[in-house]
Amino acid sequence: MNQFEYELAPNVENAVASGRSNGAVFLAGGTNLIDLMKGNLVRPTRLVDINRLPGLDRIEFLPDGGVRIGALVRNSDLAHDPKFARDFPAVAEALLSGASPQLRNAATVAGNVMQRTRCPYFYDAASACNKREPGAGCEARGGHSRLQAILGWSAHCIATHPSDFSVPLVAFDAVVEIDGPQGRRDVALEDFYLLPGNTPERETILAPGELIVAIRLPAQAALFAGHARYLKIRDRTSYAFAVVSAAAGLRIEGDRIVEARLALGGVALKPWRARAAEACLMGRRAGREEFAEASMLALQEARPSGENEFKIELARRLVVRAFERTAIDNTARLSPLPASIVNLTEEIQR
Amino acid sequence: MNIMNTAHVRHGSNIGQNLTRREGALKVTGAARYAADHHPAGMLYAVLAVSAVARGRVTALDVAAAKAHPGVVDVMTPQNAPKLAHHPDEKTNPFAFRLDILQDAQVRYANQPIAVVIGESLEAATEGAVLLAPAYQAEDVVVRFEDGEHFVPAAVGVGAPAEEGHGDVEAGLRNAAQRVDVTYDTPAHYHNALEPHAIVAEWQGERLIIDTPSQGMAIAQGRLAGLFGIAPEDIYIRSPYLGGGFGGKGLIAGPQVLGIMAAKLVGKPVKLVMRREQLYGPIGHRGVTRQHMRLGADTEGGLTAIDHHILTATSRFDDFFEPSAGVTHTLYATPALLTRYEGMRFDTGTPLFVRAPGEASGSVALEGAIDELAEACGMDPLAFRLKNYAETEPLTGKPFTSKALRACYAQGAARFGWAKRPLAARMMTDAQGLLTGWGVGTATFPAHMFQASARAEIRSDGSGVVEIGAHDMGQGAWTALAQIAADGLSLDMDKLTFRIGTSDLPDAGIAGGSAHTATAGSAIHNATGAAIAALADIAMRDETSPLFGAGNAGVVSRDGHLYRRDDESRGESYATILSRAGLDSVEGRGEGAADQAVTENYAGHAHGAVFAEVKVDPELGQVRVTRLVGAFAAGRVINPRMVESQYLGGMIWGVSFALHEEAIMDRRTGRPVNGNLADYHVPVNADIPSVEAILIDEQDSLINALGIKGVGEIGITGTAGAIVNAIWHATGIRVRSMPVTLDKLLF
Repeated sequence: MNQFEYELAPNVENAVASGRSNGAVFLAGGTNLIDLMKGNLVRPTRLVDINRLPGLDRIEFLPDGGVRIGALVRNSDLAHDPKFARDFPAVAEALLSGASPQLRNAATVAGNVMQRTRCPYFYDAASACNKREPGAGCEARGGHSRLQAILGWSAHCIATHPSDFSVPLVAFDAVVEIDGPQGRRDVALEDFYLLPGNTPERETILAPGELIVAIRLPAQAALFAGHARYLKIRDRTSYAFAVVSAAAGLRIEGDRIVEARLALGGVALKPWRARAAEACLMGRRAGREEFAEASMLALQEARPSGENEFKIELARRLVVRAFERTAIDNTARLSPLPASIVNLTEEIQR
Repeated sequence: MNIMNTAHVRHGSNIGQNLTRREGALKVTGAARYAADHHPAGMLYAVLAVSAVARGRVTALDVAAAKAHPGVVDVMTPQNAPKLAHHPDEKTNPFAFRLDILQDAQVRYANQPIAVVIGESLEAATEGAVLLAPAYQAEDVVVRFEDGEHFVPAAVGVGAPAEEGHGDVEAGLRNAAQRVDVTYDTPAHYHNALEPHAIVAEWQGERLIIDTPSQGMAIAQGRLAGLFGIAPEDIYIRSPYLGGGFGGKGLIAGPQVLGIMAAKLVGKPVKLVMRREQLYGPIGHRGVTRQHMRLGADTEGGLTAIDHHILTATSRFDDFFEPSAGVTHTLYATPALLTRYEGMRFDTGTPLFVRAPGEASGSVALEGAIDELAEACGMDPLAFRLKNYAETEPLTGKPFTSKALRACYAQGAARFGWAKRPLAARMMTDAQGLLTGWGVGTATFPAHMFQASARAEIRSDGSGVVEIGAHDMGQGAWTALAQIAADGLSLDMDKLTFRIGTSDLPDAGIAGGSAHTATAGSAIHNATGAAIAALADIAMRDETSPLFGAGNAGVVSRDGHLYRRDDESRGESYATILSRAGLDSVEGRGEGAADQAVTENYAGHAHGAVFAEVKVDPELGQVRVTRLVGAFAAGRVINPRMVESQYLGGMIWGVSFALHEEAIMDRRTGRPVNGNLADYHVPVNADIPSVEAILIDEQDSLINALGIKGVGEIGITGTAGAIVNAIWHATGIRVRSMPVTLDKLLF
């Protein structure tokens, strides 16, 4: 890896000031950045270590029922916070379905949101990639594309976003708190990510020097606590990125759905909020037919970006499954294999 | 290298005891030093620069930029690489595979080494390798069967015929009541041992000292002696521990040689450790296969013919054809049998040995096709296998040295609960609504033996020493071979000094082909026997010994004593015999090798039966293996704990074969797409909820004096077939392309 300067930022103000300089990047858990540096895929000239920034490692439950998660809270700490897991079970489940325990212990929540795509061509310094080098071309197109995007992709980039955590965050209207040279601002996570279009090198709305200081989930998100799941289809039971995933939430009164939430992961360069699917469930019964209708709406714009047409049908079926599981009261406890569609542990013990 | 750290109590004979690994405490406390843990004084770090293209030439390297980087000491390229005594493409023997060690600017596969940067730190050398910024003249590549010419290879594996068989296969198929005609695809697998290839090399004048993981130190000595023009005995290799071998460390690989060349270039000790992604190129891999199976059966379910046609790829510059037909030569009785190969040249590194090379890939196709034929005959797949049970080796007609496969089938089936299996597919659904299926596969692996020597010594203090340059890859050689050695000298383990893992010890042969315990163990058995005989000779000639004149009756050894065979009240200790003779010690030497009379007249194979349960989500296609039961018979078991561990590890690799593992090369560039441990999937713990291995008793008085077959590779055979057969039983779908990912089951 290249030589770089290292700076331990004492406070947010200093971090933001240092982060503005050319070639500077923020270092938190380092679980993604260091890999990228070792692969010679990013070559920062300055690492601004934000791990010691005061006050960013707290989970604050807000009086209105929402929660404010400091940017430096570790993935494991958040997922295992009992109140958080009770109020926002799909988010906890998503966190625990990602990476490995060691990585979750090191990785921060803001770092999770900020992680780069796992597109193999992005990760291969010898391949052309418009994200790494604007205008270079996209070698993923026409290449091995089994796991690439089916929604929101462009001729310039067909990658997907790898985060599990961000999928329920988008479903439940999370807001990112940003501090930067121009002061503080709040941005909905859904709007924080940018689709590739003609500028796949621009991945988020963050300007140079801007730093995520917290992620908020609104009180409304906790209303889904009884009916919220994250399901992730993957090629092995753990330590694998999603083939497709779904975060689903339902509010059910009597036998009617009064509100539905749905976001898909592994399908686009951002978590894909499926508002049309949500809307079609309003006032309907929580039944398979209704969910199937929602699933068609959720994927109506999907098209394969390569040899990945199967993901469209798979995603439809997962939407139905996710809503079916979500409709069942799930407040009791978290699955021992979070986000798995099959619970082998229980099956073996039975 | 010696270990005296035994956390167990011995009762009676050492062989057969369930001892824990004698070096286990060293490993779990970090005290065991692997190759890359060595740091001789003044050591520098070497880093490979590897090719980004799969075929072509390197046209430019910015050596000046790399050398200008702080901490970079030198850059080794074809221009300044030390001259070698042998060209690395010279085929001096069947095990000399061509190496890429900077002989020229040509590129033959992606990740081929094209330069070595030597630095004062790993970081400096790593950045130096980036700064080389190579330019290439690239040519079109071939990495798929669809894209090139097929040909019939002269030989497959290491010197095996490309066509074998007997009987009239076409007639057998024509006259069959039931036929299957199917094609199974198996992908390339790349070595991903926890410990990547690594070397610490130091030249002391013309003498070379290296720490490197090796499954065959004597072969490595020979290869390096040829390349560097020095005597084999001037090469000292230390390889006491390997972080996994699996065939990848059987022959010295190009990058290891480059570490030695770098040390020569800079005149200082050098360490070179391959990066994980660099393993996807120069160190051998399991070759890709496409296996066309044509089988026929008569109205009773008896086989009428097997035609096993294998298309497999080697590299563009050397020949190793994955020998997948071996299982077909071994397993099922048939009046007509034909196995034949076609090859192709890919722009990849040369495929080589990966655990059960040939047997693992061939087993998937054979076991799948046999299952399909059982289905066509309307028979239970286990009953079908029993119906076609081979009483003699199908290819040669030779009798088996031993074959307890019936017991494997019976005990495995009983443990698994096979009797309750519905005949038809898609009949079982569990409480969660998952389709459930049961499948069986037969496991087999030949009982090879190579050549080994050992030295044993009995000392006047009553202790013993056994020395052999054996290799512990994690399989348990430190423990199992010591058990044979202690028994051979009739001593407790704590009276034994046991040395392995360095090249100055007697040659133990290669730790491969599942032959190490049999071969090295036989050498130890003969060496210790010779030492005991020498000691007995001294006693029997000594008029003051109670054993004087016992020659005709003979003596027996037990617990550090010799006794008259015809009167065990008469005996004395080893120490007494040697002290009275005024000797410090007595020595014996022994060889281990196959008995030619046996190999000419008998077939030696280990066997097993693997039963698998899978659950498949009917809508989402996701497959999980929920239960695996394997029953294996492999002759005498030296250490049940180690043997069980080998079986379990093999079966887990079988899960990987069936469901996960696949090296993907970009068809346009020949570059690996998933060359890292995140994207190259192997099973995680959660993928293996329940796996059991049953050790079936098998006496083999022919295979060798100890009755040992091999256990290292058989576990991977049978398992993948059992799993794909179980997937069919769950879903009614035959997936014939490994690995079975969920997209192949969306129906």
